[in-house]
Amino acid sequence: MILTLAFRNLFHDRIRLVVTLVGILFSIVLVAVQLGLYLGSSRMITANIDHTDADLWITTFGAKSFEDGGMLLKSGDRHQALATPGVAAVVPLVVSFAEWRKPSGGSTRVVVVGTDPEDKGLIPWGFEKGTWADVREPDGIAVDRSYLKDLDIKGIGDTAQVAAGRVRVKALTEGIRSFTQSPYVFTTLARARMLLAERGTATTFFLVKLKPGADLEQVRNNLQNRLESAEVLTTAEFRDRSLTTWLFKTGAGIALIGGAFLGLLVGTVIVAQTLYSSTKDHLNEFATLRALGSSSGYIHKVILGQAGLSAVIGYSLGMAIALAVVLASRDSPLPLVMTPWLAAVLFAVTVFMCAISAMSAIMKVTKIDPAMVFNR
Amino acid sequence: MTGQSVLEAVDVVKELGSGAGKITALKGVSLGLMPGELTLLMGPSGSGKTTLLSILGCIMTPTTGQIRVAGHDTEGLKAEELARLRREHIGFIFQSYNLFPTLSALENVRIALDVCGFKGFKAAARAEECLREVGLGHRLKYHPANMSGGEQQRVAVARAIATSPSVILADEPTAALDTENGQQVMALLSRIAKDQNRSVLVVTHDPRTKPFADRTIKIEDGLIVDEERRPEGLDAPQITDLTKRRKAHG
Repeated sequence: MILTLAFRNLFHDRIRLVVTLVGILFSIVLVAVQLGLYLGSSRMITANIDHTDADLWITTFGAKSFEDGGMLLKSGDRHQALATPGVAAVVPLVVSFAEWRKPSGGSTRVVVVGTDPEDKGLIPWGFEKGTWADVREPDGIAVDRSYLKDLDIKGIGDTAQVAAGRVRVKALTEGIRSFTQSPYVFTTLARARMLLAERGTATTFFLVKLKPGADLEQVRNNLQNRLESAEVLTTAEFRDRSLTTWLFKTGAGIALIGGAFLGLLVGTVIVAQTLYSSTKDHLNEFATLRALGSSSGYIHKVILGQAGLSAVIGYSLGMAIALAVVLASRDSPLPLVMTPWLAAVLFAVTVFMCAISAMSAIMKVTKIDPAMVFNR
Repeated sequence: MTGQSVLEAVDVVKELGSGAGKITALKGVSLGLMPGELTLLMGPSGSGKTTLLSILGCIMTPTTGQIRVAGHDTEGLKAEELARLRREHIGFIFQSYNLFPTLSALENVRIALDVCGFKGFKAAARAEECLREVGLGHRLKYHPANMSGGEQQRVAVARAIATSPSVILADEPTAALDTENGQQVMALLSRIAKDQNRSVLVVTHDPRTKPFADRTIKIEDGLIVDEERRPEGLDAPQITDLTKRRKAHG
């Protein structure tokens, strides 16, 4: 009967119900978009790091992110790393901003990523057309399909000038977008060095793979002691550092989380206001329940039931719209991400928001005087 | 008071308001309600009828004096404990029916059972049984807005008896009804008192309710001033008698 009464109270005033649902819906869509953008940005920032098979990253001291390593590590550093007990492999990786000269004039910035997947460092992914074998052919590179227009090319076979060399598109990937909006250009390690006019063996990162059973912390400390000018980070640490740099030091993440918080706040206020006014309208019924001997808990459950039903209906509608927005953003430069985990978090957030909103109404009925049933 | 009273007030004083606005609504009232009896509490407006009803119903607490419900002294009990006494021992009928407008007749009765912890099919069956008992078996799914005042008050009666309380307290149950419906409700309450051996207290200033009373208590200025019992051998009018009388009067 608690749910029946909650349901009837909720649907008794349709206009108020619509206001409540719009409040929740607005809140959920806003939070979903903000968190979806946050998640999408995070994935973009860490996508390359997540596609490596490294236990440790050797970076130049203070490297802020995947795109910000410079090319300061030398082969001597690699040899020292290889000589460290517990290290199985040390794979070089070149990452650097470079200028892409568009075939029809003008230029744009790209991030050249030089890797040899055979060494199991960074393994490119998401090939839509062509393979890594094609990229290994002379002048070969792979770019993401979504940046063809920005790069002023049409597809496989097109050529361009990148920094000091000529390249030809040999493969297209799908879904590898760049948070910096500078497209990634994947190529072999040697070609990347050539394009970046690096004659030696300079490298941006060394990806360290440990031997089975090696102690991560111990190897990390040993490496750090041997490589004075470099920094040794676990993959998780480098991931966090990249996220911090792009999301928090630029303020983008704060803005996204702040927007989500604002959405929650607005939703909470709207739901609280409508639940409170609904409770006020049904005060006499709650007083009757109290006179009939109901416990305070029973009445609180009715109000929480109203809040819960609002949450379920509002969430369902809000998620439907949020999923439509996610779908619509699929081909945009910054696609929103919706995962089952995020959907579950959003549901928990909605229920929490509605429960908090019910507090003012609960405080109102807590003070109810059942004697008012005799005064009507 | 006798030991048979199911609800008992002993020297109850109730002060309302504070400071210069303080009034003494009850000035030392003692009474006991017996099972199987319908008692009328009559008096003019402001005499303290409703205050006494609220105190007897454990909705208000007396300033001084004692209230005993089914042998339990209510002194010092907290709001939740008083609520428990209400749901276990007392049924209420209100002047304005106080039905839930969004619930059907059946659901209105079921909610009283739900509050007392009766759930599921058994509660639904009991609610239906009570509605049939008050002659509303054909109105189970009707909402209050689609029922007459008399029917609504009978739903309220069904709600009051559903949990089998030992005492039913009714506040002006006929005030919002026409004569015919008022008499029917009173006959119903009288029958419930007799057939189910419950104690029924009706607060009223309607003299037409008097033939249904086993006992009439008059209250004025917060004091019981008179009490009379129905003469031996004279029964309360039955619903069928009322119907005949109506027909006789055309």
